[in-house]
Amino acid sequence: MIRFDNVSKTYPKQNRPALDNVSLEIEKGEFVFLVGSSGSGKSTFLRLCLREERPSTGAVHVLGKDLGKLSNWKVPHMRRQLGTVFQDFRLLPNKTVGQNVAFALEVIGKPKSAINKVVPEVLDLVGLGGKEGRMPGELSGGEQQRVAIARAFVNRPMLLIADEPTGNLDPQNSVGIMKLLDRINRTGTTVLMATHDQAIVDQMRKRVIELDKGLLVRDQARGVYGYQS
Amino acid sequence: MRAQFVLSEIGVGLRRNLTMTIAVVVSVALSLALAGASLLVRDQVNSMKDYWYDKVEVSIYFCIKADHNSPQCASGAATDDQVAQVKADLDKMAPLVQSSTYESSQEAYKHFKESNPDNPLLAAVGPDAMPQSWRVKLSDPTKFDVIQSAFAGKPGVKSVDDQRKILENLFGLLRGLQTAAFVIMVLMLFVALLLIVNTVRVSAFSRRRETGIMRLVGASNFYVQMPFIAEAAFAALLGSVLASGLLIGGHFFVHGWLAKKVGFITFIGLSSVLAVIPLLVVVGMGMAAIAAFFTLRKYLKV
Ligand SMILES: Nc1ncnc2c1ncn2[C@@H]1O[C@H](COP(=O)(O)OP(=O)(O)OP(=O)(O)O)[C@@H](O)[C@H]1O
Ligand SMILES: [Mg+2]
Repeated sequence: MIRFDNVSKTYPKQNRPALDNVSLEIEKGEFVFLVGSSGSGKSTFLRLCLREERPSTGAVHVLGKDLGKLSNWKVPHMRRQLGTVFQDFRLLPNKTVGQNVAFALEVIGKPKSAINKVVPEVLDLVGLGGKEGRMPGELSGGEQQRVAIARAFVNRPMLLIADEPTGNLDPQNSVGIMKLLDRINRTGTTVLMATHDQAIVDQMRKRVIELDKGLLVRDQARGVYGYQS
Repeated sequence: MRAQFVLSEIGVGLRRNLTMTIAVVVSVALSLALAGASLLVRDQVNSMKDYWYDKVEVSIYFCIKADHNSPQCASGAATDDQVAQVKADLDKMAPLVQSSTYESSQEAYKHFKESNPDNPLLAAVGPDAMPQSWRVKLSDPTKFDVIQSAFAGKPGVKSVDDQRKILENLFGLLRGLQTAAFVIMVLMLFVALLLIVNTVRVSAFSRRRETGIMRLVGASNFYVQMPFIAEAAFAALLGSVLASGLLIGGHFFVHGWLAKKVGFITFIGLSSVLAVIPLLVVVGMGMAAIAAFFTLRKYLKV
């Protein structure tokens, strides 16, 4: 599903690499936490998976494709097979909940009839049935993140990438989001999630990958958060 | 891709940026109107050349009594033999000389009287003051020099005049106007391009949230960039419609007002004006779309 072969990434005008010779593999259907202190390279790792960045050295394979060999015009097609969720939700404030999810389908050219059918279905799935016409501003943070997850999952991606999805939420809402991600994982979708949330990692007991200053320092099945931040 | 979705996005974008859009529309309109005007002046010059070069003649004037002070007429008025000799020489110069007609002093006086009935000179002079002449029509009006060198200084010939000289001055003036229009057009075009680049940049920045999400969910580059390109092309379309209006307005001004003042020029018709309009629309929209495309390559990365 994801394979890193000796991947290093040094941003322009930086002397220290953000990611330092990382090699690992994530299999289909896994649920993986990416942990590490601030600046350890978690977001960089995820951006490399999305091909928002390219590695300085080494090779990144996602969904069986070597992203280094993928030409620019094929990138959009590759991203359609992934779902992405971020700390800041990234919703359009002037569109309703339904329109936000529909937008993601419109811009990849899905026909109107299909959109009208799947949008209510996926909103039901994330527990927002009936809130289709609400504006994002009228929703709680947890509900907004559910909209973002609905948008990420509406195409039933093989892989869901989440960068601190509970970072802006209180513990109660965070638990709700984790339950949702767990359910999505049970449908067969691989979930890769960067987080700072010790309670969640300790409770879920999934595979934990820890980065420190760009180095891979721990890769543990059924792991715990494991360090004091 | 659904047209309604795309159109509504264009509308939103243009309204969000109304002042910039107006600036783009006006500058595109002015540069295209000048480009069109410059093309039309060229058409006008060409059509006038065709028309007038067909009509202009070279005149060979003969000496009259009053000319005895000028060196080439020292022997007084031209004799009938001299006039006949020039005619014979002209006839030898076919096919350059297409035809030649004789105008007597009486005829010249009559023509002058007809075209200048109020001239006070008329009272003072008689037909004797008007030189007789051969009016020569050339197959190639630019070969005036040949006639000039063949007949200037021949006995009894006072001067060889080319009517084309007068026209050349007029054409020179028009060509100057055309060049001026072209230079201003280039400057305006440059301004229009800068405005388009800036408008697209501002537009891309103000919609970075939407475009960020579009890229995230895997919208193709074409789909992400298309609204911006369409917006620029649409503004240019408005500009070229305005430019066409200016040209058509200019056409009616020329025909309704200028044509009455200067009756001797036949102005090109509306069909010539209409013929350049599609060119302006295509050039305007194409230019705007290309400018937008290259701006986006810089400001809207994958
Ligand atoms: N676009 C960039 N240009 C230059 N340096 C960057 C850029 N993005 C990240 N970095 C640097 O790379 C290192 C790793 O950053 P990254 O965002 O991957 O960390 P992180 O683990 O996600 O941190 P956080 O937990 O705070 O989100 C940091 O030192 C950061 O300053
Ligand atoms: Mg981060």
